[in-house]
Amino acid sequence: MSSNTAPIDTKKDEGRRSIFGRGKNNLRQFGILFSLIAIIVLFQFLTDGLTLSSGNLINLVSQYSYILILAIGMVMVIIAGHIDLSVGSVAAFSGIVVATSMSEWNFPWPLAILFGLLVGAVIGAWQGFWVAYIGVPAFIVTLAGMLIFRGGNQFIGNAQTVPVPDGFTLIGAGYLPEVGPATGYNNLTLVLGFVIAIAIAVREYRARQVQKTMHSEISPLWASVLKVGLLDAVVIYATFLFAGGRVGTSFPVSGIILGVLVLFYSFVTRNTIIGRHVYAVGGNKLAAELSGVNSRRVNFLVMMNMSILASLAGMIFVARAGASGPQDGLSWELDAIAAVFIGGAAVSGGIGTVIGSIVGGLVMAVLNNGLQLLGVGSDLVQIIKGLVLLVAVGVDVWNKSQGRPSIIGLLTRNRKVSDPPTPPPAVLPDAGTPASARPADNPTN
Amino acid sequence: MPSDAIILEMRSITKEFPGVKALSNVSLTVRAGEIHAICGENGAGKSTLMKVLSGVYPYGTYSGDIIFQGTEMRFKDIRSSEAAGIAIIHQELALIPELSITENIFLGNEPTKWGAIDWVGAKRTAFELLARVGLRDDPDTLIKNIGVGKQQLVEIAKALNKSVKVLILDEPTAALNESDSQHLLDLIRGLKGKGISSIMISHKLNEIEQIADSITIIRDGRAIETLDIAADGVNEDRIIRGMVGRSLESRFPDRTPKIGEVFFEVRDWTVQHPQVSERMVVKGSNLTVRTGEIVGIAGLMGAGRTELAMSIFGRSYGNYISGQIFKDGKEIELRNVGEAIVHGLAYVSEDRKALGLNLLDDIKRSIVSAKLSKISAGPVVNDSKEYSIAEEYRKNLRIKTPNVDMGVGKLSGGNQQKVVLAKWMFTDPDILILDEPTRGIDVGAKYEIYGIIQALAAQGKGVILISSELPELLGLADRIYTIFEGAITDCIDGADADPESLMKSMTSAKKKVRSI
Repeated sequence: MSSNTAPIDTKKDEGRRSIFGRGKNNLRQFGILFSLIAIIVLFQFLTDGLTLSSGNLINLVSQYSYILILAIGMVMVIIAGHIDLSVGSVAAFSGIVVATSMSEWNFPWPLAILFGLLVGAVIGAWQGFWVAYIGVPAFIVTLAGMLIFRGGNQFIGNAQTVPVPDGFTLIGAGYLPEVGPATGYNNLTLVLGFVIAIAIAVREYRARQVQKTMHSEISPLWASVLKVGLLDAVVIYATFLFAGGRVGTSFPVSGIILGVLVLFYSFVTRNTIIGRHVYAVGGNKLAAELSGVNSRRVNFLVMMNMSILASLAGMIFVARAGASGPQDGLSWELDAIAAVFIGGAAVSGGIGTVIGSIVGGLVMAVLNNGLQLLGVGSDLVQIIKGLVLLVAVGVDVWNKSQGRPSIIGLLTRNRKVSDPPTPPPAVLPDAGTPASARPADNPTN
Repeated sequence: MPSDAIILEMRSITKEFPGVKALSNVSLTVRAGEIHAICGENGAGKSTLMKVLSGVYPYGTYSGDIIFQGTEMRFKDIRSSEAAGIAIIHQELALIPELSITENIFLGNEPTKWGAIDWVGAKRTAFELLARVGLRDDPDTLIKNIGVGKQQLVEIAKALNKSVKVLILDEPTAALNESDSQHLLDLIRGLKGKGISSIMISHKLNEIEQIADSITIIRDGRAIETLDIAADGVNEDRIIRGMVGRSLESRFPDRTPKIGEVFFEVRDWTVQHPQVSERMVVKGSNLTVRTGEIVGIAGLMGAGRTELAMSIFGRSYGNYISGQIFKDGKEIELRNVGEAIVHGLAYVSEDRKALGLNLLDDIKRSIVSAKLSKISAGPVVNDSKEYSIAEEYRKNLRIKTPNVDMGVGKLSGGNQQKVVLAKWMFTDPDILILDEPTRGIDVGAKYEIYGIIQALAAQGKGVILISSELPELLGLADRIYTIFEGAITDCIDGADADPESLMKSMTSAKKKVRSI
């Protein structure tokens, strides 16, 4: 049994699992989430409650939504084993093209948004072509793209700012409108919050049903109730904060866009064929190809998707700022990449989750925001952010070198890795074949 | 001429890996200035023995003594064995393509003057060394710009620079053409005249017969015999008998084959090396498979077995030159792996870690990964189907794991191989190509995998089994093709095959393909 510590891989590993149980594992899996909560609590305390005030929370979402949108695309790029340095420039380029389309060519704003997404798709196809079909490393292609599209932004805008019309600002500076009876809160935000709270409970219930039909390990009922209770408490608390802000403000439209994208891309990465293929190509390209995966197509799509999301992020930023300028999107790529790695993705590819990256991005956002509220200068903020990135990834790498799983998560999977129902049997090198069936003489090979 | 002075003696070397005794009590005696060949099947323990000798496995990880020039040696790494005068030249050359010949020769051993590298002196020495190995290229040439044959010579020059007394060559001619091989053999003979002993591992028995003074045959980790070429009148047949002479144990589950008609055929299959355009790795090969049949492919390493299999499997290796594939009487075109899978082919790679699995993935995802469309509605994968299918395979193939959420990287070799088999069984193939399906797997798991292979054949599928282990082929295959230097040299009925005849066809180019 597990008291025997002979150096056979499986056995050693299972031995550890059965000794320490799953508590330790879970603690590690939720490591970043706990860090995020700790940082929020810390700043809430340091800023005398300013961090979790309505105004600040609303501001936080609209100020960082575009970075988080970039992180969604970036995590897929990084899972596939690439990197995209051009996102800031692509965002700026799309922003100026869209702004110009409205001011010079009189595009109505909804059409301009579609046009912006199309520009992103074309840029993405261009970069994807070089990465996937020519085989130039994405680092180089997007380094070139960083220069090309930054220059393109200044070329089209004459290095000037181009203002955007009011209708367009909705996607960056808009809020859920006031409807219904005067409750003192924004009613639509309340409705949205309660729908999410109910959805969380329903989802947990369905997950348990699925577990039952598959006869797999069902987590204890109290754990589910606690989980749903905690999540719903957080959601409802946040709902009232968002709904109870200054009149005219509520949950930002950009936050809703972000939320929809998170749901959509979580689903894509986890539950669709193309999502599986992204992980397969990043994890072992040769094995993926020998399993019939068209790795070029996967790389192309991943790069293209990134640029589309970068365009969207650019447009949201322009909408929020009211104008597109030559300095838009500077060093966004670094924030997005940092978010993805803090969120547990592996530099070598194959590992990472959308949710993890969002949490990683939120860690950076809350840190930034909290330090600003405290009046810390941008010089120190940069130093602290750099150290946080280094330590977060350092801890992750160190853990992996110790043979433990990465922090990322099972928090994003529906079925947790459950402990073996019974203490695992000692796995001997040739266990499983009845002794009688085994040849008497074991020849070496 | 070989004198009787003994330069090197390895006494009772035993080397164990977890679960496997790779070498058991092996002794080897090399006289000064002789060419000593080591022969044996793949996996017999030849390379392990040479790794012990060259310090790759340091003193203390094996038992036994190494006596070199009269003193006992305790090498702790390759550098210490090189310092003593024993150099090994590996099958995969250890040269750096982007550096010049001179830089490679002196890599890790750079001559310095006043603290800086003395490139003038180095180049002069390199020039002399190249002359000694008969290479007339400029020492400034980059390694990537010279052919494999010349690279081999650079390796030897590098060894000579370290005033080597015993040179170990692991399959030195495996990647060389006829004339390059001849040049290399001449060189080895020339070195012998200068008092340098060579230990040569080779599968090419004609070469051994040609240049070796004595031969030690290793089988199943034991030194079987040492033959003196001049005294014992040794020929190829004699060597082969030594190499394979073992009885087959009952290592295979019982099976009554139910063989039907030919339903899969490969005709005139020719494939070019992916980089070297003049080299054909598969030449005009023909192959047929009947329903319910296990067809073996026997060949030595580098003979083109894997290349043949992978090129059939959607051209996943090399450049397609010519050939046709027929299935159920109709010609099919398999231009990529996707098409091969659609047409019911499956290929289980010999290298499951590099080519067979994504080690970051878990068991259930790995099992369904080659045919996700089977459990998907449109683009969406059905998780619960995935889980129940994985569970089914876990039970049927007895994959030893607490659950299917476990990462495949944590499984033992045998269980990983079962996951790979499950992955390809899940694609419902008609033709399963198994490339070394039991490599690096313990005996118990092997027996189970043999059972799985036989069960697949019993379902009427065609199985192509590539194996380096002749007993495995003899125990499982209904028919065995032999392949040598990319060409199929023979096709032997399983019942009539014996190790000697197989080994003969695996080591000679004689063309006598029979069809059925």
